[in-house]
Amino acid sequence: MPNDHKPEIGSTIVIQKETFNAILSRLKEKGYETIGPRVKNDTLIYAPIEQMDDLPRGYITEQDAARFHLKHTGHSRYFDAIPGAQSWKQFLFPPRAELFALRKVNNLWEASTPETKTPSYAFIGVRACELAAIQIQDNIFMRSDFNDPIYRARRERVFILTVDCMYPAGTCFCVSMETGPRVKAGFDLNLTELEDVFLLTVGSEIARDLLKGIPFELASAFLLRNADQGLERAASQMGRKLDISNLPDLILNNLDHPHWQEVGARCLSCTNCTQVCPTCFCWDATDEMSLDGKETHRERVWDSCFNPGYSYQAGGNTRPTIRSRYRQWLSHKLGTWKQQNGTLGCVGCGRCITWCPAEIDLTKEIPMLQEEAR
Amino acid sequence: MDKNKPTVAVYKFSSCDGCQLSLLNMEDELLNLADAVDLAYFIEASRATKPGPYDIALVEGSVTTPHEVERIKEIRQEAKFLIALGTCATAGGVQALRNFADAGEYAKIVYDHPEYLNYLPTATPISEHVKVDLELWGCPVNKAQVIEVVVALLNNRKPNLPTYSVCLQCKRRGTICVLVDKGIPCLGPATIAGCGALCPASGRGCYGCFGPFRDANVPALTEALQKVERYPGETMRLYRGISGNAPLFVKAADAILSTGTDTRKETK
Amino acid sequence: MVTQQIARPAAINTEHLLEPQWAEVTSITKEINDVSTYWLKFTDPAIQKAYTFEPGQFNMLYMPGFGESAISICSDSNDHSKIGHSVRFVGNVTNAIGRLKVGDVIGLRGPFGTYWPMKELEGKDVFISCGGIGLPPLRPAIYHILHNREKYGKVTLLYGARTPADLMYTNEFDDWRKANIDVQVTVDRGDSSWTGRVGVVPMWFYQFRFDSRKTAVLTCGPEIMIHFVIYEALARRIPLESIFVSMERNMKCGQGSCGHCQLGPYFICKDGPVFRFDAIQPFFNVEEF
Repeated sequence: MPNDHKPEIGSTIVIQKETFNAILSRLKEKGYETIGPRVKNDTLIYAPIEQMDDLPRGYITEQDAARFHLKHTGHSRYFDAIPGAQSWKQFLFPPRAELFALRKVNNLWEASTPETKTPSYAFIGVRACELAAIQIQDNIFMRSDFNDPIYRARRERVFILTVDCMYPAGTCFCVSMETGPRVKAGFDLNLTELEDVFLLTVGSEIARDLLKGIPFELASAFLLRNADQGLERAASQMGRKLDISNLPDLILNNLDHPHWQEVGARCLSCTNCTQVCPTCFCWDATDEMSLDGKETHRERVWDSCFNPGYSYQAGGNTRPTIRSRYRQWLSHKLGTWKQQNGTLGCVGCGRCITWCPAEIDLTKEIPMLQEEAR
Repeated sequence: MDKNKPTVAVYKFSSCDGCQLSLLNMEDELLNLADAVDLAYFIEASRATKPGPYDIALVEGSVTTPHEVERIKEIRQEAKFLIALGTCATAGGVQALRNFADAGEYAKIVYDHPEYLNYLPTATPISEHVKVDLELWGCPVNKAQVIEVVVALLNNRKPNLPTYSVCLQCKRRGTICVLVDKGIPCLGPATIAGCGALCPASGRGCYGCFGPFRDANVPALTEALQKVERYPGETMRLYRGISGNAPLFVKAADAILSTGTDTRKETK
Repeated sequence: MVTQQIARPAAINTEHLLEPQWAEVTSITKEINDVSTYWLKFTDPAIQKAYTFEPGQFNMLYMPGFGESAISICSDSNDHSKIGHSVRFVGNVTNAIGRLKVGDVIGLRGPFGTYWPMKELEGKDVFISCGGIGLPPLRPAIYHILHNREKYGKVTLLYGARTPADLMYTNEFDDWRKANIDVQVTVDRGDSSWTGRVGVVPMWFYQFRFDSRKTAVLTCGPEIMIHFVIYEALARRIPLESIFVSMERNMKCGQGSCGHCQLGPYFICKDGPVFRFDAIQPFFNVEEF
């Protein structure tokens, strides 16, 4: 096959697994910072990866309410470990971002903005649910009437390599939320991992160029069927499920339901669910003032509707109880979000279930509203 | 010295000196601080002192002796704005463990001649003795918070101190939850942020140094922690720690002991 | 649903999130004990020229080192030379504003939010019912009516404050009355010299005649007052679609992004602060929502 041959957009090619290292190198040559799943301190994080050996090959994650366990099973696959607490959100919507600094000179304030180069990330191993989460955050931060310059600059530069999920975890319910396990659209490259080879579906011109000269063959019908079967099996093995047919109405019609009180008694108001959620977008801005009051640094940080100070203003706190905070979170995520953005705010990744120390599981809470509402 | 600069006095009660050391540790900031305020009384830093009254009094330590009961009243009279500095001053500190035991028994174990000691049966926060204008928790206090408080006072505003749990700070710095991931009992979900989530970031559970946040759901946390206890009674002991005398933690530990859910008893 | 086409704010930095434009305090009017009006003018004349707002909109005022606060605009939207904000000194930011002197500068972003539907109200009777610090966001609406008096029917202002000393803008009431606006005032507690009404705003509704087919009610003030004003209005068969409410919540960004000011599906800073009541009715009586 000639060396400058490029696959067509929409085509699926097959490459030997070790060839993937060449793709990572190409991305780095093009100036991307390649980020992917990595094992650190016996858990899974998203961090820079240099080569395939950095990926969690042979690992899986066992997940249940308030339980996460990274386990080495010794299989030979690279992308079987369902992600942990971290999500791609931290790269596009950084948890802390300096906005500007001000200095008072002759009764006027002079502004300076940090001269940081906007990073170009290549996300390696984005799950279907995670891609859906990124697309939801696009709607939040890049609206026609509002543009978050920090998010947009990062988002426009990002290269997204998605991965089809073959072995979902115990808290996964993407099938219910109709976001996975198959990646649909919005990627540069989509990777399907089979036992011996990777299938790559080309989603963008950037990806086409990237693959130029890399030895490939078009995927055979046999391999494609193999991938389909894997995805069908994955879809049947979701650890959780949620009936969304009557959302958001079920929640909006039950805002005074006694179940909110019940779950409020179990909720820690610790903010964990909102912080691990790949779609939660709340933020706060803080000033750090110098001793003489003549300089200040303004910073944007992640916030949470579970922060007791979140809805405080002079005159009182709109949501002074944990019950009201939990209701705000869930009624937003699976209710009012739809009116705001056209979709629900949940992608079924299960992070809020896994990482809630109190084992609160929205796939169990929603049916409670359903049952008792009848 | 500039007469317009507010005068600051730093006092020590029963404590380890750690909070005063955090003040001295500020290095760069301390120079700026010395520019902005008149450190009129700070024995640990300088023997030169100026007489009161003082604009700001920083009080480290808890009240554990009859002498200290009298002394804090005098200090209050000389201070316009009194800050309880650190968890000893805000909740009694680790020495408040005696509140849940017989201090006399402890004294006998430690000293050959406990009769020479003159102490109170409990270690109590400053606020139990005098009006406190601001409490700054921590063991030790966080220097950024100390600076924020001073900056706020100098600039006529309320300090911006966190209202949320340690968990939010863990997530902001990318730390993976040690409670869920490693099964390490952690008081973070009930503890107010301020330390920058130091312990979880180094793979340990939170000890609750900064005390519980206002409406922390301690009973729910007890339930979660008891499931991951590595030895019987660990949850109860965790509450009875640095901030063990903070009312919400007292209640939590007492609840475990009184309802018999203290797993120590089951294994005995 | 109220659908208002809101133009991109004139005083906003799209390159740098939350970075304000700067405005100079040109004068300060003490209104009542804890409220003063700060008259601002942008230091950049081009922005001052481009800046327009609609009655009911607000700005984010920024005191460096202290933070931002959402303050409604209380001045005449026809006056392009200055922007007025009546500020009540209650928190860190507003107390810092309270220490500003003429000539000092302050950060400003805006204008933000929805506005009173002055166009839609033409030909109608307008009943303005507000309490305390709820009058400032309605004053631009009153000015608009003054400039276009012939376009509106019967216009009433029923305004309440805690005490006679807490009544704002009283020196303008005569002008408003001259323009045939029925200005009626009540206080929660009178003093020795007070001969007017004593009682909360909603309890005086019975003294007014409403033509429910052509009356619109505009209200702003403490949430509890708003609740009862709406109750009284509905009792007089004013349709939900003719009641307009200005809401208040913890607003941080002004652009429907930070999440703090949400009320159900709405970001009060972007979809409000002015709502037609039918839009918020489903969430209005939900406790702690």
